[in-house]
Amino acid sequence: MAVESKPLETVLPAAHVEEDPREHLMFDPRPREEMNRMIMEAMTTTSRRYWAWVIGLALVVLICLFGAWGNMILTGMGLAGIRRPVFWGLFIVTFVFWIGISHAGTFVSAILRVFKAEFRRPFTRASELMTTFGLAAGALFPLIHLGRVWVFYWMIPYPNARWLWPNFRSPLVWDFLAITTYLLSSTIYLYLPLVPDLAMARDRTTGWRHTLYRLLALGWRGTEAEWHRLRRAITIFAFAIIPVMFSVHTIVSWDFAVGVVAGWHSTIFGPYFIIGAILSGVAAVVSILFVLRSTMQHMDYFIRKEHFDALGKLLLVFSMAWAYFFFNDYLLTWYGGEEAARRILTLHATGPAAWVWYLMLICNVLIPWLTLWNRTIRRTPWAMFIITLLINVGMYAERYTIIPLTLGHQRMPFDWGVYTPRPTEISIVIGTFALFLLLYLLASRLIPLVPVWEVQEGQMAHTLRRVGKAEVPSVTELE
Amino acid sequence: MAEERPAKWGLVVDLDRCTGCNACIAACSMENNVPFVGEDEVAYGRALYWIRTQRYWEGEYPAVTPTFQPVMCQQCGNAPCEPVCPVYASVHSEEEQINLAVYNRCVGTRYCANNCPYFARVFNWFDYELPEPMRSYLNPDVTVRRRGVMEKCTFCVQRIVRGRQKARAEGRELRDGEIQPACVQACPAEALVFGDLSDPESRVSQLARSQRRYHLLEELGTLPRVTYLKGVGNHGG
Repeated sequence: MAVESKPLETVLPAAHVEEDPREHLMFDPRPREEMNRMIMEAMTTTSRRYWAWVIGLALVVLICLFGAWGNMILTGMGLAGIRRPVFWGLFIVTFVFWIGISHAGTFVSAILRVFKAEFRRPFTRASELMTTFGLAAGALFPLIHLGRVWVFYWMIPYPNARWLWPNFRSPLVWDFLAITTYLLSSTIYLYLPLVPDLAMARDRTTGWRHTLYRLLALGWRGTEAEWHRLRRAITIFAFAIIPVMFSVHTIVSWDFAVGVVAGWHSTIFGPYFIIGAILSGVAAVVSILFVLRSTMQHMDYFIRKEHFDALGKLLLVFSMAWAYFFFNDYLLTWYGGEEAARRILTLHATGPAAWVWYLMLICNVLIPWLTLWNRTIRRTPWAMFIITLLINVGMYAERYTIIPLTLGHQRMPFDWGVYTPRPTEISIVIGTFALFLLLYLLASRLIPLVPVWEVQEGQMAHTLRRVGKAEVPSVTELE
Repeated sequence: MAEERPAKWGLVVDLDRCTGCNACIAACSMENNVPFVGEDEVAYGRALYWIRTQRYWEGEYPAVTPTFQPVMCQQCGNAPCEPVCPVYASVHSEEEQINLAVYNRCVGTRYCANNCPYFARVFNWFDYELPEPMRSYLNPDVTVRRRGVMEKCTFCVQRIVRGRQKARAEGRELRDGEIQPACVQACPAEALVFGDLSDPESRVSQLARSQRRYHLLEELGTLPRVTYLKGVGNHGG
């Protein structure tokens, strides 16, 4: 008998893991008031450890960022390790890195909103905050890296007595305009969906918080007309901010691509930078979600394994797309056969700093491809935390390869040079990381980090219907 | 007074004649108030030379020969440093047809230096103070630059302007070879020749038509104003 039953087993489909739909946030509703209370608690509870982090980070920002920067302003750019021929170093690398991180919010929030991806609901705000604070940290670098920061406003088109305008042919002016546009529009886009939540917080607080939220909520009452206008405004912004996001990193890539520098002058840099930015941005969202989930109250209700799972799939796709663009960049340069560019690509892989290049490939391609296809790994938050941190290490290495390592080996071998970062630069870079975390920590206790109304709206649309003995998940089309 | 026609200043570097003596570097630094940055900074790659001698070795040890190639700003007709500057600190002069650095407009983005394929641009990483007795040699015709500012070879534009003014005051045309940048004046081997390329009879024009001529990285389309004459002897570049 046992022998006969064996072939039958192989014919049977592999045991399908019956998933309880209630594992999904959308099918696990709680009463509105309870959910509001959870968010308020998460926002108002501060532990001793929280304040220790705030004070520690504030000190780091004060000393490592503003102290070192101030010293550099007074002494000279020479405190940084840059030298001829590598005139751009860690400052520009970190600038590109932060602008890349800032793509997270728009991608997760606007693109997933436009495509009605339901899993986005609990963490749109967490990622929009990353956009704003990533831009705040990144926008410092065009100032930090200036030789004479005290006349930075000469790069701004402002009316003046001598009718001197900035040079609109310069990519740095395009940069300035693109980043300002993105910062303003993403801040508005962060603020719009925040209004109903601020009104919720206003009605449940007293004292200074009540005053603050009353001002920020703009008298929101939740009437049908207000909801209608808010939805329209959010939709308009969600669509409008997507091209802005694409333009920002394209323009950052043009800082390099429009130059004559061998290894930069590439037509693929625009999309290559965008894919890299989205990869690093979405990875950073996962890292932040893990931290929020493990440090803030009630966050494990909102941020679930399904979210790590969904973002993990996205990351795998973006890692593949990044590898595709990377391959194109190298293949066409190699095939084109321009001697200088070919030499640079060879030196990336075999030169004195080849480990940076291999680090980039291991973190951006090897690790995601080896791990993210696996459902169990995707649903293990701490594993995702480590993988996403590594992806961002890889993306940092990518920018490092593109900027100082390419500049060091140009067309005249007599002027080849290698660049080593010095303590002042490293300290300023660490300072901006601390600034980002500090702003995020403060914001996490000042505004509701989960858009409660969006979660509630989603939960109203999702229901479990009984069909006979089975429970069937069903979704009502909104709008 | 003769009608002044716009000149097109150019330089010819005869690599057959260059001995690599570095007199041009010293003369340039004195003429243009180029600060000394000290041994350590030079070793680190922050020397502020506006002209440098690239020295390559040819052959295998022990049969090696050095070759020298003085490189300065090539005064490109289509200069990559110009469009990238956000504040117009790198501009083309209409009168001299050369590329000028506007020191007091520079904010120090260093983009021009990255985009210069000749690496002719140097940056003031610090304020470089001269000790007291040496300050009196500063050339009053050239501004001193403070920290955070780019600088580069200008073909000694102050000498061009002064020569033209002198000729105008005397009511005559400029003579060929009347204007000489400091490096040309100092070159003992006469490897450097300066003059007006728009005058086909000038010495620089004649030399620039030599069969040994080439331009540095001319495939980039930068239209350099500096012509190199290929060395054919033992010590040519």
